[in-house]
Amino acid sequence: MSNTVNEKWDLEINAKSSLFDLKLKELWHYRDLLILLVRRDFVSFYKQTILGPVWFFVQPVVTIAFYTIVFGGLAGIPVDGLPKALFYLAGTIVWNYFSDCLIKTSTVFKDNAAMLGKVYFPRLIMPVSIVLSNLVRFAVQLLLFVVLYLIFLAKGEHIAPNYFALLLPLLILMIASLGLGLGMIISAITTKYRDIAFLVTFGVPLLMYATTVVYPLSVVQTQHAQYAWIIKANPITAVIETFRFGFLGKGTFSWQLLGYSALSTALILVAGTVIFNKVEKAFVDTV
Amino acid sequence: MSAVIKVEKLSKAYQLGDFGTGTISRDLERFWARLRGKEDPFLKIGEINDRSTKGTTGVVWSLNDINFEIEQGDAVGIIGRNGAGKSTLLKILSRVTSPTTGSLKMRGRIASLLEVGTGFHPELTGRENIYLNGAILGMRKAEIKRKFDEIVDFSGVERYIDTPVKRYSSGMYVRLAFAVAAHLESEILIIDEVLAVGDAEFQKKCLGKMGQVSKGEGRTVLFVSHNMAAVKTLCNKGIVLANGQLVYQNKQLEAVSFYQTNNNTKSSFEHHGDLDSAPGNENIRVLKFVIRSLEGESISISTGLSFDLTFFNQKAGINLDATFELKNSDEIPVFHNGTLISTNNDSKTGIYTVKGIIPPHLLNAGNYAFKLIFGENQRYLLFGADDFIGFEVENESEGSNSFLAPGVIHPKINFTVNYQV
Repeated sequence: MSNTVNEKWDLEINAKSSLFDLKLKELWHYRDLLILLVRRDFVSFYKQTILGPVWFFVQPVVTIAFYTIVFGGLAGIPVDGLPKALFYLAGTIVWNYFSDCLIKTSTVFKDNAAMLGKVYFPRLIMPVSIVLSNLVRFAVQLLLFVVLYLIFLAKGEHIAPNYFALLLPLLILMIASLGLGLGMIISAITTKYRDIAFLVTFGVPLLMYATTVVYPLSVVQTQHAQYAWIIKANPITAVIETFRFGFLGKGTFSWQLLGYSALSTALILVAGTVIFNKVEKAFVDTV
Repeated sequence: MSAVIKVEKLSKAYQLGDFGTGTISRDLERFWARLRGKEDPFLKIGEINDRSTKGTTGVVWSLNDINFEIEQGDAVGIIGRNGAGKSTLLKILSRVTSPTTGSLKMRGRIASLLEVGTGFHPELTGRENIYLNGAILGMRKAEIKRKFDEIVDFSGVERYIDTPVKRYSSGMYVRLAFAVAAHLESEILIIDEVLAVGDAEFQKKCLGKMGQVSKGEGRTVLFVSHNMAAVKTLCNKGIVLANGQLVYQNKQLEAVSFYQTNNNTKSSFEHHGDLDSAPGNENIRVLKFVIRSLEGESISISTGLSFDLTFFNQKAGINLDATFELKNSDEIPVFHNGTLISTNNDSKTGIYTVKGIIPPHLLNAGNYAFKLIFGENQRYLLFGADDFIGFEVENESEGSNSFLAPGVIHPKINFTVNYQV
């Protein structure tokens, strides 16, 4: 009988398992699924529309038009002497990437409960696919930024990129990790009790005002110094400021601030991954 | 043969009721207990999971201490009533959820089909969905590409392959979805009642494909179904679950009959007590229904049987009729016969009895269930009861043959044999 045969199993499931068993090998096996999910999100976004992928541009264009009128015009917030459209666009696309990642990841269990309740694949695939499909959107919007950039350059504006623009891959990685990490923490908390989900829906848009999207850090530091620490404590501030400084040549850059931001992002990502991994095993029972 | 699945002391508890403000204190208590390394205070009391009785704790054990092994190449039917824990077991085996206690070990690649078309996106075309669904089920892209034509061919929706699946008929949708799943290359295949969909032709095709999977390719199949005929044809072993516990495990035919006899234990019914609590409604109350062998104690092929129905009619002045429908254990109707009780709109309030006889040498051995239907003018339903009573016809040997002959009926046929040179 089987008792005599070697007891080597391919898969063992126990009631308890290690916190740090992330099953990365399995994740790698499912890489095709990851690509297909990203493709699905991208394609299904503009299916049955006439303009198709053009819709990826419409949202940021309309947004910066309004920002230019409201914050630049009516409120008269200075923008470090940069072209308003470019200033707002730089902040908006980075912020959008972060908030899209966060909001989508935080509801990943709830949104996909039907599918996740019927078939097994490494659950980590879902949040990672969200981050990647938003990365595609980010890339498309970055293209818009480049086009606008060239237009202003041709018009003879004083904008000059410097070597700090080469930090872009790091900045993207940080934003993605931050959105992913925070989103996974929230998704884990909300599988059983949905309270925090309400906080996300109205909290994330408000958080934008604690980030240097519609104003530069320099204004806060000179005019409202007592609040500056709050804005600096927000890890996204350093990313947006570095992005602007690198591409537009003006902004507040400091290695300390960026270092702090990178460190806190890494911590949030690790915490998020571990918590997510713990919850994913039995979330189906409570979601 | 070696075991490919080994389940040890597997249990799964679910929390009943709604989650809200009231449950957070309990969660904190559990968390605190776990933090101190103690046992979960709410999982101590093990109750048998019986849906119809009220429990004393808010926790229900959907599976309770399940142990079994499955060997390579086995096709195992998992049977049991609704709520017996079949789907929970499959969910744990396919890793959708994790057990509360116990462990599970497997060897080889597992594909599970708890639902067809999981992850199908309505906006994407059939072609795109084949790739997506295949990847969700664990296939690599190259693998899907290699089998693409075969999948399309099997599904029979070639013409629609570049149309979004939201425009598909539900049958086409299911065909495509099953086709993807049927082409999974895995050592273990787990299937949950997905055959309840699709038309008869396609169901047959699926059953054929699955039979091919388990018998031809040496794969291990776990199959949950209420369709006993399908279990019988596909599986060589059976596991019977009841109230979250494993109650029987053996060859499939024995398991099926174990399940069926336990399902219809009542072979006579007699109501005691007041009229209003008898089964029925404001028109009809059934008081008694008894099945007896015509010869001796037990019913077998050659004895025949009688059935006696006593009921209280509360609808006077109508044309009343009573119909008996007999189904075998594969849910196939054997007959649907009735009798008129009154013909001139002159039914009376009071007790009626109807007696019927099923002659010897008609029914084959097996389990049967009666359905009762009371009608007005042979048109309007006054009262109907499915599976009102069950009984078993025992097999008997004919000459040297003692095995169960296939067939819905087993009549006595007058054969004449001639020999010519």
